[in-house]
Amino acid sequence: MNDLIKGEKYDWEMVIGLEIHAQVKSNSKLFSSSSTRFGSSPNSQVSLVDAAMPGMLPVINKYCVEQAVKTGVGLNAKINNYSVFDRKNYFYADLPQGYQISQYKYPIVGEGKVTIDFKDGTSKDIRIVRLHLEQDAGKSLHDQNPSKTYVDLNRSGVALMEIVSEPDIRTPDEAGMYISKIRSILMYLDTCDGNMQEGSLRADVNISVRKPGDKYGTRCEIKNLNSIKFIKQAINYEAKRQIEILESGGSIEQNTMLFNTSTGKTRPMRNKEEAHDYRYFPDPDLLPLEISKEEIGKIKSSIPELPDELKNKFIENYKLSNYDASVLTAEKQTSDYFNETINSDPELKNHAKIVVNWITSELFSLLNKNNQDLNNSPVSPENLGQLIKLISTNEISGKIAKDVLEDMFSSGKTARQIVDEKGLQQVTDQGEIAKVIDEVIAENPKMVEQYLAGKDKLLGFFVGQAMKLTKGKANPKMLNDILKQKLNKKN
Amino acid sequence: MKIDKNTINKIARLSRIKLDDKESEDYIKDLNSILDWVEQLNEVNTENVEPLSNISSSILPKREDISNDTNSSEEILENAPDKLEGFFAVPKVVE
Repeated sequence: MNDLIKGEKYDWEMVIGLEIHAQVKSNSKLFSSSSTRFGSSPNSQVSLVDAAMPGMLPVINKYCVEQAVKTGVGLNAKINNYSVFDRKNYFYADLPQGYQISQYKYPIVGEGKVTIDFKDGTSKDIRIVRLHLEQDAGKSLHDQNPSKTYVDLNRSGVALMEIVSEPDIRTPDEAGMYISKIRSILMYLDTCDGNMQEGSLRADVNISVRKPGDKYGTRCEIKNLNSIKFIKQAINYEAKRQIEILESGGSIEQNTMLFNTSTGKTRPMRNKEEAHDYRYFPDPDLLPLEISKEEIGKIKSSIPELPDELKNKFIENYKLSNYDASVLTAEKQTSDYFNETINSDPELKNHAKIVVNWITSELFSLLNKNNQDLNNSPVSPENLGQLIKLISTNEISGKIAKDVLEDMFSSGKTARQIVDEKGLQQVTDQGEIAKVIDEVIAENPKMVEQYLAGKDKLLGFFVGQAMKLTKGKANPKMLNDILKQKLNKKN
Repeated sequence: MKIDKNTINKIARLSRIKLDDKESEDYIKDLNSILDWVEQLNEVNTENVEPLSNISSSILPKREDISNDTNSSEEILENAPDKLEGFFAVPKVVE
C-alpha cells in the first residue's frame, strides 16, 4: 500500500468523499424562466420567483429533469420514478427564500458508479450514493466595501445537480481523477458545460484520516473548491492538520472548513453549531416528481457514446493501451479529433499509436504554447492525418515532421505543400546516403581513428555531420546502419 | 415531545425572530397544543398506508426550457433598502 502518508509516529490512510455541484446546462432556471447566462450585469436575470417575492410559485423546468436523468444514466445509476423536493432552511443574504429547494429523502437518481484509470493500467470504481436536483444560491461580494456585502441574484435558482460519492477515494490524486472523470461524462452528455473557472462545476470534500484497518475517523468538510489543483492542495493540507492533532493526542472536531486559495490553508467556518440544522421538509409548493418508465427509456435511447464505451472501442479497434485510450477519451473534443484524424486515411488505422502521440504530445504542446484549444486548432484532423501518413510511408522523418507541424500550425498550409515547397522529402537512396557518409569519414580522419580506438560515443558526431549535410533529410535508420557498416569496415 | 423554553429559543434563533418573555410563553403554549393534536393523530394505525403527498391527484406541472430575456433589475431592486450599481447592499456578512 503506497497510498499511506507518513506522520511523525504512524502511517495514515486518507478517507475521502466528494459532493460535486454541477450546474445543469439549460437556457432557463430550475423553477423560473430567467436566463442562466453567465457574466451578465448584476440582478438582470432575476424573476419575481428568484427574488422570492411573496406569492410567487415555482414551476419546474422539464429539460432540467431530463438532464438529471441523462446524467444518472451516464453514472450507471438507478433512476427513481418518484422523487420529492424538500426545503433546506438556512439564513443567508444571497438566499432570498430563506430556504433552498433541494431533494433530501427521495432524490431523482440513486446508487451508481464511475471508473477511474491509473497510469499503470489498473483502474478503480468509485461508488455514487445519489444525484439530486437543487437550486443554486446568489453570489455575495464581501471585499468591495468594509461594512457592506453586495448581492447579485443572477445565479439564484439556476439548476444544480449534486453528485455525492461514497468515501471510496484514498488519495488527492484519486480525488482529482474522480472529478475529472465526472466532468468528462457530463461534457459527453452535454448536461453541464464543465467550466470550473466560472463555477459550473465545484466540489465539497469530506475527509478524515485513520490508521489502516481502523474504522472511519471523524471527518471535516471543505466547502466550495473550484479547481482540481485546489482540491488536491486542500486535501493535503487538511489531512496533515488532522494527523498532527491526532498524533499529539487530540481529537478531531467535526467541522465545516473553508480553503484559502492564497495561503493554501483550511480554517473552520463560523456558526458551525447551527450549520447542520437545516430542518428539511417537503416543499408544499411542489408535487412529487414522477417520471414514467417510457420517459426514462426515451432519455436512455438518446444518450451518446460515453467515454468508457469509447475507450473500450479504441482499445479493441486500434490496440491502444488502457491509459492511452483513457487520455484520448477524457475530453470529447480529443476523441472527436482522434476519430476524424484516423478516419481521414485508411492506412492510418495501422498507426494508431503514432496518431495518439502526435495529438497528445506534439499538437497539444503547440496548442498550449499558443493558448489555443483543440476546438479551434489551426491544424485540421485531415491535415494532421496527412502529416502522419508522410511519416508512416517514410517520406519524411519524425524529426522533420515536427518542424513541418509547426509550419502547418502558423501558416495554415498542408503538410504536403510544405514538404514539396521546402524539398523536405526524406533521402532513402542508399547510394546517396553512402556518398555523404564517405564525405564525412574523409573529412574527419582523426575522429575516425578515435572511434576505432573505442570511443563509441563519436558515432553520434558522425550521424550529426551527415544529417547536417543532408539538411536532416536522411532516413535516420538507414544512415545509422550504413555508417556503422562503413566505420567497421575500416577496422 | 414537549416544547420548552430552550427549544423555543432555538427555533426563534434559527428563524431570526426576536421574542420577548411574554411572546415565548405564548408560543410555547401554542406549539404544544399543535403537538398535542399531532399526538392524537398518531393514535391512528397507519401501518401499510402510503404517506399522502397529493390530495388532488394532479401531476407536477412542468414548463419548457425557454428563457424570457427580460431585464427586470429595476423592478427587483425597487424595494431594496440599500443598493449600489445594480447590487443589493446588505450589512456585511462574512463567514
